[in-house]
Amino acid sequence: MIGLALLFLTLFLFVPLISVFYEALKKGWDVYMAAITDPDAIAAIQLTLTAAAIAVPLNVIFGLAAAWAIAKFEFRGKSVLITLIDLPFSVSPVVSGLIYVLIFGLQGWLGPWLAEHDVKIIFAVPGIVLATIFVTVPFIARELIPLMQAQGTEEEEAAVVLGASGWQTFLRVTLPNVKWGVLYGTILCNARAMGEFGAVSVVSGHIRGSTNTLPLHVEILYNEYNFAAAFAVASLLALLALITLALKTFVESRNKQQLENTNEH
Amino acid sequence: MKFKQHSVLPGFNLALGFTLLYLSLIVLIPLSASFIRTAGLTWPEFWTMVTTPRVLASYRLTFGASFAAALVNAVFGLLVAWVLVRYRFPGKKLVDALVDLPFALPTAVAGIALTALYAGNGWIGQFFEPLGIKIAFTPLGVFVALTFIGLPFVVRTVQPVLEDMETELEEAAATLGANRFQTFSRIIFPTVLPALMTGFALAFARAIGEYGSVIFIAGNMPMISEITPLLIITKLEQYDYAGATALAVVMLVISFIMLLIINFLQWWGRRRSAAI
Repeated sequence: MIGLALLFLTLFLFVPLISVFYEALKKGWDVYMAAITDPDAIAAIQLTLTAAAIAVPLNVIFGLAAAWAIAKFEFRGKSVLITLIDLPFSVSPVVSGLIYVLIFGLQGWLGPWLAEHDVKIIFAVPGIVLATIFVTVPFIARELIPLMQAQGTEEEEAAVVLGASGWQTFLRVTLPNVKWGVLYGTILCNARAMGEFGAVSVVSGHIRGSTNTLPLHVEILYNEYNFAAAFAVASLLALLALITLALKTFVESRNKQQLENTNEH
Repeated sequence: MKFKQHSVLPGFNLALGFTLLYLSLIVLIPLSASFIRTAGLTWPEFWTMVTTPRVLASYRLTFGASFAAALVNAVFGLLVAWVLVRYRFPGKKLVDALVDLPFALPTAVAGIALTALYAGNGWIGQFFEPLGIKIAFTPLGVFVALTFIGLPFVVRTVQPVLEDMETELEEAAATLGANRFQTFSRIIFPTVLPALMTGFALAFARAIGEYGSVIFIAGNMPMISEITPLLIITKLEQYDYAGATALAVVMLVISFIMLLIINFLQWWGRRRSAAI
């Protein structure tokens, strides 16, 4: 049994992971370095970092607000709200990109008005940021809602009764209690934000050096049969995935500890 | 009945207000745009667009390959979860962490890596080539990519249920004379069934919408190896906005149905574990 399970994982997980690094370094270190220091690659790295730097903090704020409302209060329609928050996970990435084209594209609702005022959203950076936000909306909220529900409201109520203001309660009581949960959600959110392909591909327009994110740059290089360079850039993303998994495993254990501590109180 | 129960905690209006505003701007209004767009079409127009032979072929491939991949993941995911919960072996923590790789690895990277491996001259593809089996650039390649993408879902839904399971039940069954197959089919399987089906549904739902990892390995031949999300992109690139939107609405409706099924399965699972 154990052999069969490991064989399955080897074929479908470990070998693909190793092959990324093998293919990237097959033509030697110089080719590898040339590929990842190419100006277009640097521009792609910058855009990927920018999109994540905007999308991730916004979704952290959203996640905290949503979890505060859902976990600390009882109101009608709560389960509908939770389902709506999860919605972006079940929508195909291609559709996620398409909906923004339908609104902001030249043929879209706001398209003519935007064109008149010389604002570009689709085939430009704002579209990429919007699509990135969309696909990563649920990550932090869905991590925090069950955590904050399990922690209950006693500590916050005590703080308020003792005279703390709302913000003081949130910053001094709630936030320290969920910090590992926030971090866990942030790590996953960031990985998806930097790695998103389908949604970003629809709104990007694939303009080299200006609207290309790292995953899109991999696609362009690959389609030009420049396999060594494509895998070199891909290896950066694979490295990001490995770092994500390592951080995630670490934070997961801390998060579990925090939850166990709460349950002991 | 009041909308909200009384609480001494502040900030409800602000938090809920911000949540609803953000969701509306980023998710709900853009999503409804696609439905309103298709409302401009008459029903027969819409129906013709989403049932052309090329579109029907893409549905068959998307749903067929997604179903097959989710099924393989259900079987092997259960096995992997079982091994991770019940066995001790060196490197177990590493294996456990790497199961989530498909969640963390960008789909485009997975796509090119799998293509290189399963191509006729690739590390794995070379063993199938002499047998006359081509994997990359065929529907079989789509299945391989979707299996990779869906791998963590079943493992991660079944694993906690197996961890909570008392070994006493199995031991009791064995002591009472049940053989291993009976213990599995009468004790273990019924307990993990809700989680297994949830994992299957999650993997299936993810596979239907998947794009990045598939397009590299599929070959993308119309009628043969073209998935529905790719067809949406193709229509968009031909400025056929109505056609792309109509297909997107079909995909969205299917996503909503899958979401309802998954919610139901999760509710069933919680009720079952509460009953035990």
